[in-house]
Amino acid sequence: MSVIEVNDLRKSYGGRPVVDGVSFAVEEGEIFGILGPNGAGKTTTVECVEGLRVPDAGRVRVTGLDPVTDHEATSRVLGAQLQQSELQAKLTVREALKLYAAFYPRPADWGPLAERLGLTDRLDVRFGKLSGGQKQRLFIALALIGNPRVVVLDELTTGLDPRARRDTWELIEDVRESGVTVLLVTHFMEEAQRLCDRIAVIDRGRVAALDTPAGLIRRSTGATVISFTPSAPLAEDALNALPALASVDHRDGRVTLSGTDETVNAVLTLLARSHVTAHQLRVTEATLDDAFLDLTKEETV
Amino acid sequence: MSATHPSAAGTAVLRTEVRLLSREPGALFWILLFPPLLLVILGSIPSFGDPQTDLGGLRTIDVYVPVAVLLGPIVGGLQSMPQTLTGYRERGILRRMSATPVRPAALLRAQMLVYGGAALASSLLALAVGRLAFDVRLPGQLLGYVVALVLTVLAALAFGAVISALSRTTKVAGAIGTAVFFPSMFCAGVWAPVQTMPDVLARIVGWTPFGAAAEALNRAAAGDWPGWDHLAVLVAWTVLLTAGAARWFRWE
Repeated sequence: MSVIEVNDLRKSYGGRPVVDGVSFAVEEGEIFGILGPNGAGKTTTVECVEGLRVPDAGRVRVTGLDPVTDHEATSRVLGAQLQQSELQAKLTVREALKLYAAFYPRPADWGPLAERLGLTDRLDVRFGKLSGGQKQRLFIALALIGNPRVVVLDELTTGLDPRARRDTWELIEDVRESGVTVLLVTHFMEEAQRLCDRIAVIDRGRVAALDTPAGLIRRSTGATVISFTPSAPLAEDALNALPALASVDHRDGRVTLSGTDETVNAVLTLLARSHVTAHQLRVTEATLDDAFLDLTKEETV
Repeated sequence: MSATHPSAAGTAVLRTEVRLLSREPGALFWILLFPPLLLVILGSIPSFGDPQTDLGGLRTIDVYVPVAVLLGPIVGGLQSMPQTLTGYRERGILRRMSATPVRPAALLRAQMLVYGGAALASSLLALAVGRLAFDVRLPGQLLGYVVALVLTVLAALAFGAVISALSRTTKVAGAIGTAVFFPSMFCAGVWAPVQTMPDVLARIVGWTPFGAAAEALNRAAAGDWPGWDHLAVLVAWTVLLTAGAARWFRWE
């Protein structure tokens, strides 16, 4: 049984569909990413999983429980870190951990948990005095304090500096190591690529693609990027005629092409045939960034 | 499956809210200390200690004790609680609690208990200061006084809940709180005790929650049953305001 199942979820606000038929399943022990541009419906989707919103249609199950009708039981197995929520400004870290521990039947020991999250020397500091990174670590601790089977982390690293972000990533990997399934909402490609086993790309309320990070990159049209500085200019129409070509770009005498392995071979042939030397030839995999832009590009123009 | 003890969680929430209020010196001053302080200032005016014929032989300080008793519920219920509660909603604190097995209603209950408790403590403090410092007689009809006081606190909390329900932000809650604060103080008799108000005005004021409360407390202080009409006005306000709060309150 999947830990989280979402089937044809729909939710509209004021007649405008925000989530428009989203389906996915999160398996035990994986880090599952929900990736998408701002306003794509990511947060609304996970809020339905958390039982904070009532879906208009579709079916959501968390360990077989309905998050709306079985809210209490669901919240015992699902720990949540919400986007934009705070605690009472004058509540200390220790008090917050103890308070939230009192909400659960079998809570984690708050002491070791605080230590694991690097909060031990902050226990007597009030919430209002914590840095952004410390607040996020406390919210991860509160998401874990009920010994949940699954945690939902929504835009966890938004607003953190790169150092704190990397520390947080290690924490999330630790959480998964301890056997907790993670549902991660993000709009950072690097984060998704580094952490997630599988990713659902959500765009305009629908799942645009669902695959492993490598799979998403492979399936995008410009999965391989070739760049070089030619010793002599190459004919533009020859370049444009390359097979499986996704894009051509000239900048400061450097040519950058994206396509597939087939494109690479054809470029090499073209260079040899035209007696042009390619300086600093580089062939790289496209990043998730490229794949994401390709998957979510506007179909207008 | 072992269930969470809702009472244990509720107690933890209540203990936390008590602790948080104890960290708010401003709110504590205005709820707990300001009413007895006002009494001390008024009691220090020599003429306020003389019996007045237009007050039926009572001294001015005697009629100001019930006024001071009403200040705690007014400040706590109309000003402090709505701002705290609206802030909790505005900053997602209620929402964060919705994602736990404990409903955010636990926080609402704890807030009402904390501010209700503080308001009652303030009232008792005002009575004690009146008795000890200015020899004001304790209420003659004690049960009636307690009933009137408890109903007053309930009405004030319900009023505060409505303010919080209608306010999107802490700023709005503060503005509405202040806007109703002064009329409420007037009705309670801060500027002119209800006994000295002209008949028509007193009758109108008697229909307001704190005007009715003032009259009920005055009667009980004098040793009579507070009067079913005034108690009924308090109950009616409490019921109406609670219904309004239940209807309009949003958790997010």
